[in-house]
Amino acid sequence: MNFSRSMVLVSSDPESVRRGADEIYALFEKEIAARDMEGEISISRLTDTGRPDAAPIVVIYPEAVVYGPVNAENVKEIVEEHLYKGRVAEHLLAPTRELSGRIGWLKTRKGTLPAEKRIVLRRAGRIDPENIEEYIAEDGYQALAKALTGMKATEVIDVLKESGLQGRGGAGFPTGLKWSFVAGTQSEKKYVVCNADESEPGTFKDRVILEGDPLAIIEAMTIAGYAVGADEGFVYVRGEYKLAQNRLENAVKQAREYGLLGKNIMDTAFSFDIHIHSGAGAYICGEETALLESIEGKRGEPRSRPPYPTTEGLWGKPTLVNNVETLANVPPILLNGGQWYRQFGTPSSPGTKVYTILGNVNFTGLIEVPMGITLREVVNIYGQGMKDGATFKLAQTGGSSGSVIPASLQDTPMDFESFRKAGVSLGSGALLICDENTCVVDLALVLQKFFKFESCGKCTPCRVGTGRIHEILTGIVEGRGTLKDMENLDYLVDSLTRISNCGLGQTASVPINDVLKYFRPELEAHIKLGVCPCGVCPMSAPVKEPAAVA
Amino acid sequence: MSITKEKDLSQIVETAVNRHGTHGDALIPILLEINEEYGHIPASALQDVSGKLHAGENGTVVSEGQLFSLASFYHMLSTKQRGEHVVQFCESAPCHVQGGRELRQAIQEYLGLAAGETSPDGKWTLVTTSCIGLCGVGPVIIIDEELYGNVTPEQLPDIFARYE
Repeated sequence: MNFSRSMVLVSSDPESVRRGADEIYALFEKEIAARDMEGEISISRLTDTGRPDAAPIVVIYPEAVVYGPVNAENVKEIVEEHLYKGRVAEHLLAPTRELSGRIGWLKTRKGTLPAEKRIVLRRAGRIDPENIEEYIAEDGYQALAKALTGMKATEVIDVLKESGLQGRGGAGFPTGLKWSFVAGTQSEKKYVVCNADESEPGTFKDRVILEGDPLAIIEAMTIAGYAVGADEGFVYVRGEYKLAQNRLENAVKQAREYGLLGKNIMDTAFSFDIHIHSGAGAYICGEETALLESIEGKRGEPRSRPPYPTTEGLWGKPTLVNNVETLANVPPILLNGGQWYRQFGTPSSPGTKVYTILGNVNFTGLIEVPMGITLREVVNIYGQGMKDGATFKLAQTGGSSGSVIPASLQDTPMDFESFRKAGVSLGSGALLICDENTCVVDLALVLQKFFKFESCGKCTPCRVGTGRIHEILTGIVEGRGTLKDMENLDYLVDSLTRISNCGLGQTASVPINDVLKYFRPELEAHIKLGVCPCGVCPMSAPVKEPAAVA
Repeated sequence: MSITKEKDLSQIVETAVNRHGTHGDALIPILLEINEEYGHIPASALQDVSGKLHAGENGTVVSEGQLFSLASFYHMLSTKQRGEHVVQFCESAPCHVQGGRELRQAIQEYLGLAAGETSPDGKWTLVTTSCIGLCGVGPVIIIDEELYGNVTPEQLPDIFARYE
């Protein structure tokens, strides 16, 4: 991977562009190229600085120096002095008073450029995923060897507890604690299940891990088997991920050949084997009890909890269910220790998180960064700014059931704790970035259609509620909305959240709830004025006829 | 997943049951294999599977009705015959905001089909699918097993022409 030593951000809000920001951007490229520094310095655009009076602004990392207003003549000097000689061009700095407000966060990041840190993805794309020898050459199976030959099962769990690793499937449950629950349940037979039914729209982190480093999951599950006292494991991979299934099958086969799966692993008394199980297309099977039902050959309908899978899981036996990304963190933690892991991320949410960046940004794809970076950083640094210089309007985190986060909350650090405090959910790591052309009502309609389609139909609040919300939203985008609809939506959101049986119904109302909370005026514009402010919804209401007298 | 009528259905069922066994966790893999090999799962296949599982050693007792409830629950399994080419369109939010809205309209107009319909000549079936994890290159469509990313309405004639 190519790391740049400095990063130049040029503001690109409309005011900056009017004052020549595009020209400045081009000049930076030219001047940097003229000194052969292209490989060392990256340039990207910074949107929405909130300081049009100092525009155009240029921010240089890692020193977090803010220049502004910058004109074309200054560019050569900044490149020469700051980037080439390493001296801050003092007289071009933005006046201190300009550094308040939204631009202020940039200064607080001084010296701590939120660089990518690859723990989970460290091998993906660098090794041949179909060759176990390349995996072993890159620290593969060292963690298992360490556990089997030098650690008691309880010691393995203690290291995980010390690391503070939390489940990466979305709920953020402490992993070490979950392992200790299963370990503490007495049973002849126990199972380890890897939840690889990644179907949250916009999330494909697990696919990349499974396709790029399948043996990491096999090794982690084997360690889990040793720690909790299980001898059999299942990887439940969603049916659409054919390549991931093939690579896992191949990984299991090779591990067996090398004596790393099966009877007496590494010539110890420990035996463990893994089956790869394909899903058949059902979003609900990502819910852990529905997943277990599906492995057993039933419809993926969630069970009532308790009992939790840790005591009564697959075929009624204690079962450990972990997400792919969670498991991928286990071997490096075991090798390097719990304290090592705690140096990344925030105190309440240690470690890194893999995010998928999607939507109206210049760069879409996958990043692995320490917990606690902000949405603004994701959009401006990793997303390389909004596409076509548009304005950031909202982000949806964590797939369909994630929160809709307005621009005003974009400086909240993304970790489990801070998000909980702000009343939004982090979810599975999908970050759908939307610009001002996205209509929230239209977005909510698409999401609601998804839930209506994917509800398994077992419990009434979810089956009827998701359909009813979809119906009301359809009415609103077609211009048939009434104020009574708003009340009904509030009521439905409340009932779905409180009385649905499983996570699907309980979270299906999250996006619409956020729309009601943060974007009520936009929703009301559809209803009261009969217009879609973004011009997206059809709004072609047939003339309302007076209700027929019954 | 084009239809291969030439293949003998009972042969497909037998191979699938032999490969996956008769334990409970074999049910969905068996149905998936039949669906993949035959294009869909006809009622006679469900009857056949049920009979074979009863007969198997340590077999699970599974009625035809239970198998139908599985085949109708999971989206990748189809109990109805599909067209020669199956066009899957991702309608999840990430594709939607990246131009999927317009694309969906264009596909429906081009094929003259609504989601879930098969053309009268049996050539095309249009279905919608939930996210397939290729959101980085959305909007995405899948025709049979082929994936197309960053699709625009203008590209549709060229793409569909490959299957004429």
